[in-house]
Amino acid sequence: MQYNWNWAVLITEPYLGWIASGFGWTVAVSCAAWIIAFFLGSAIGVMRTTEIRALRIAGAVYVETFRNIPLLVQMFLWYFVLPEILPKSAGDWLKRDMPLPEYWTAVVCLGTYTAARVAEQVRAGINTIGRGQHFAALAIGLTPIQAYRNVLLPIGYRIIVPPLTSDFLGVFKNSSLALTIGVLELTAQTRQIGEYTFQGFESFTAATLIYLAVTFTVMAFMRRIETRTAIPGMISLGAK
Amino acid sequence: MIEIQNASKWYSAFRVLNDCTTRVAKGEVVVICGPSGSGKSTLIKCVNGLERIQRGSITVNGVSVGAPDTDLPKLRAGIGMVFQNFELFPHITVVQNINLGQIKVLGRSKDEATDRALALLRRVGLHEQADKYPAQLSGGQQQRVAIARALAMDPVAMLFDEPTSALDPEMINEVLDVMVGLAQDGMTMMVVTHEMGFAKKVANRIVFMDEGQIVEDTTKDEFFGTRRGERAQLFLSKILSH
Repeated sequence: MQYNWNWAVLITEPYLGWIASGFGWTVAVSCAAWIIAFFLGSAIGVMRTTEIRALRIAGAVYVETFRNIPLLVQMFLWYFVLPEILPKSAGDWLKRDMPLPEYWTAVVCLGTYTAARVAEQVRAGINTIGRGQHFAALAIGLTPIQAYRNVLLPIGYRIIVPPLTSDFLGVFKNSSLALTIGVLELTAQTRQIGEYTFQGFESFTAATLIYLAVTFTVMAFMRRIETRTAIPGMISLGAK
Repeated sequence: MIEIQNASKWYSAFRVLNDCTTRVAKGEVVVICGPSGSGKSTLIKCVNGLERIQRGSITVNGVSVGAPDTDLPKLRAGIGMVFQNFELFPHITVVQNINLGQIKVLGRSKDEATDRALALLRRVGLHEQADKYPAQLSGGQQQRVAIARALAMDPVAMLFDEPTSALDPEMINEVLDVMVGLAQDGMTMMVVTHEMGFAKKVANRIVFMDEGQIVEDTTKDEFFGTRRGERAQLFLSKILSH
C-alpha cells in the first residue's frame, strides 16, 4: 500500500481549527446531555423505588422504551420524525426556528437515552441501601421527599459512582452519533479532514487520541469524586 | 397515650397481626416479647405508621395513625424509634445524624441542634465521638447514638424494636443502661425485647405475643409470678433455661 504519511496536516490550518471545533462540540453535546441524563435519570430512578404504583409503572415504561431502541434510531426519530408528527408550527420551530436545532436535538436524544441507564443505576443504588434506612429516615419525621434528598440519594450516589462513570464515558463516545444529524463534532470533523486531505489515518488517529484523553480525564475526575465522598470507616462504599 | 384497638394485618394470605388490642399509658413501660415471627416488630412498626394495619385502629395521643388526613411525618417526629440494626445514616457524622431531624423537621438552627445533640451524647456517654462516622463506632455505641437521635426530637414516647438483638453480649448492657435511665425518667416506652432482666427491672406491663395474637397482657409481677399462661410459660422456660 502506497500511503504518504503527513502528520503535519493535523497542525495545519484550517484542519487544526476543525479538530479544535469538533472537540468543542463533542464536549458541549456530551456535557449538556449528561446534565439531562443525571437529573432526569435520578428522578426516574427514584420513581421506580417509590411506593406509588403509578410512578413505578411510568418509570419502568420510560426505561424500557429508551434503553431498548437503538441510539441511532432514536437520533433519527428525534430529528426526522418528531417534527413531522407535531403540529406544523411546533415542527417548523424544531426544524428551523430554534437556535442550533441539530445540537439541541442531539443533546436531548443523548440525554434522554442515557437517563434510562442512569435511572437503573440510581434504582439499584437505592435498593441496595435497604428498607431499614428508609424507615429510620421516616421515623425521625422526614417527609418521603426529605428522606430521599437527605438519606437515600446521598448514600445511593456513593454506591453507584463506578457504574455512573461508565455511563458518563458512554455519553462522550455516543456523542459521535450526532454527526448523523449534522452536528460537526469531533468524529465528523476528523472524517472531513480525511476526505479533504486523504490523510484519514492521521485524522482518525487524532480523534482516537482525543477521545482517549477525554475519557481518561473523566475517569480521573470520577475517581476523585469517589475518594472525596468516601465514607470514613466503610469499606464497601467509596474508594478502595 | 398509645391505644391499639383490634389491629389486624395480612401479608397477602398470611395474617401477621390478629386482632391485637392493648394500650400504653403515659409514663408506662411496656415490654413486648414472644417467639420470632409472632408479630412483635410488625406491631411496633404500625404504631408510627411505618407498617399499615388493614383493620382496627391505632391512636397516639388521640391522633389516629391510619387516618388519611393524618400528618404522618409530624406524628412520627413525636415518637422516637430505635431499630434492631441501629440504622444510623452512614454518610454523615454522629452529630449530623442527631441534627438532621432537628433541623429539617423541627426547624431548629444548626447551633441549637448541635447544643442539644452534644447534651444528649453526653447523656449516653458518647460526647467524644460526636464527629466520628457511624461505621467508626462499635455496635453498642451506634445504638446509643440512635437513641440520642430519637431523643433529640423531644418525643412523647419511644419505640424500641429489639434494640439489643444485633449486639455482642458485652455491649448489651451499655444500651440497656441507657434505656433503664430513660424508663426511670418517666419516658413512655414500648419495647420489643427478649431481655427479661430489663423487663423485670423497669417494665410496668408485659405483652406476650404468639402467631400474631396478644396472648398475655399482664403486669410484670403477674407475668414473672405464677399466673402466666401455658404458652408464655413454655416460652420463658426456653429463654431462661441457661
